[in-house]
Amino acid sequence: MTGDVNASVEAIFREERGRLLAALVRRFGDLDLAEEVTSEAIEAALIRWPVDGVPASPGAWLMTTARRRAVDRLRRDQTYAARLALLQVEADRAAPPVADGVLPDERLRLFFTCSHPALPEADRGALTLRYLAGLTTAEVARAYLVPVETMAKRLVRAKKKISGARIPFRVPEPHELPARLPGVLQAIYSIFTEGYAASAGPDLVRHDLAEEALRLARILHRLLPGEREVTGLLALMLLTHARRAARTGPDGGLVLLEDQDRSLWDRAMIDEGEPLVVTALTGGPPGPYGVQAAIAALHDEEPTDWPQIVFLYDVLRSLTPSPVVDLNRAVAVAMRDGPEAGLALLDDLAAEPRLRGLHVYPAARGELLRRLGRSAEAATAFREALELVGSEPERRHLLARLDDLNG
Amino acid sequence: MKYMLLIHGASEKCTVDDWMDYGKALTDAGVWVASAPLADQSLTTSVQVTDGGETVVTDGPFAEAREVLGGYYLIDVPDLDAATDWAARCPGARFGGRMVVRPLVDFP
Repeated sequence: MTGDVNASVEAIFREERGRLLAALVRRFGDLDLAEEVTSEAIEAALIRWPVDGVPASPGAWLMTTARRRAVDRLRRDQTYAARLALLQVEADRAAPPVADGVLPDERLRLFFTCSHPALPEADRGALTLRYLAGLTTAEVARAYLVPVETMAKRLVRAKKKISGARIPFRVPEPHELPARLPGVLQAIYSIFTEGYAASAGPDLVRHDLAEEALRLARILHRLLPGEREVTGLLALMLLTHARRAARTGPDGGLVLLEDQDRSLWDRAMIDEGEPLVVTALTGGPPGPYGVQAAIAALHDEEPTDWPQIVFLYDVLRSLTPSPVVDLNRAVAVAMRDGPEAGLALLDDLAAEPRLRGLHVYPAARGELLRRLGRSAEAATAFREALELVGSEPERRHLLARLDDLNG
Repeated sequence: MKYMLLIHGASEKCTVDDWMDYGKALTDAGVWVASAPLADQSLTTSVQVTDGGETVVTDGPFAEAREVLGGYYLIDVPDLDAATDWAARCPGARFGGRMVVRPLVDFP
């Protein structure tokens, strides 16, 4: 019985933590205080709910409890309180308990704070996971494969900048959105890519992390339904994640698209993502996430429409030029026109400094050389890729290719 | 909250009128606290006192042209977004120049 209550309590917290924290930050303008009383309210719930039962509106119960704790704390610490409009706090104390179902959703502000351009880009995903997805510091550390103390220090430093430089908790004005929204999308996408092609470690896909990113994108999509690039990002992640089960073989090695077992693709996720691509690309010029979602949608079709994919990479290249886009385009050209054509494009990228140190360049070159029957050169390229590759499934795939060439 | 807007490597392409207009915009908005241009960096002098109590005066230091601190504005605005908005409007942010925004210590 207690176990059941605990399980439902955990599920509620997962959902409510981010909402609660955002609402408290909005009210008190202080992330540290909001964090502390959020935890205290949850602790109180863990003690009370198993005895009293889960309240009809758990979110409102948590909010009321957290607000009272915050006011108590501010009364005890007058210096601290002086810095946070005390009058408002007193008014808050007198306010009636939060009514059912009226807890305002303030998470959009928090999304923009966590991805603020004044914060280091590397910390924005971690902040978003901690404060909007409601992960613990230890969980965030695990997600980025760093020691807990390292992650704790990074989060504390970021929080200090937020309060010290007074980075605001606010939704940018419509005219500011084109400059600010890409940062929020990038933070969520960085969580996804970190979970998807784990840059190091034994798994190719850390599903939990990719799923947290999906959850965050769904929340953002609900908060900003009219922003086509938000729709595009959600579609991109759904249509990529749909192929997760087919991307690794029984031996744990990476499986290339053309060799994937189509029956393992997640049909429901593809069906959810496809109409979103249409929305993302309708009603204005295409954005980079919308175009990438369209590319992902074409990868989910059988047979793969490579000419159309090459065309979309041309569009993407005009929106966000990058050598990684050029590399992907070269591979698509190889699929459309044959390995020789793709290899010529890859050779043009040989001196590109931003591809240096990435295993994908020699891995792609090796694959095209192998298809051309240039075994010795292919083996050299695969060996080069092996020296740079971080994830175990990709290492296995490269080793298997080398084995085939030698045997 | 007070922020110091430091002007680094301001371009000579900024006209006197540009600077005057900016100063007027700050005062009109009621956010201006103080400001000053610094004289040419070739006039820079350093002073240090050694552990032995000796005062050492030297020429310099001299930064590269694009990093030279040319002056500052001190403004009082609600948050960092407002401060960076004002920094973006400053002539010193254009033509390769850079504005550096530093909050002042906020004593309760």
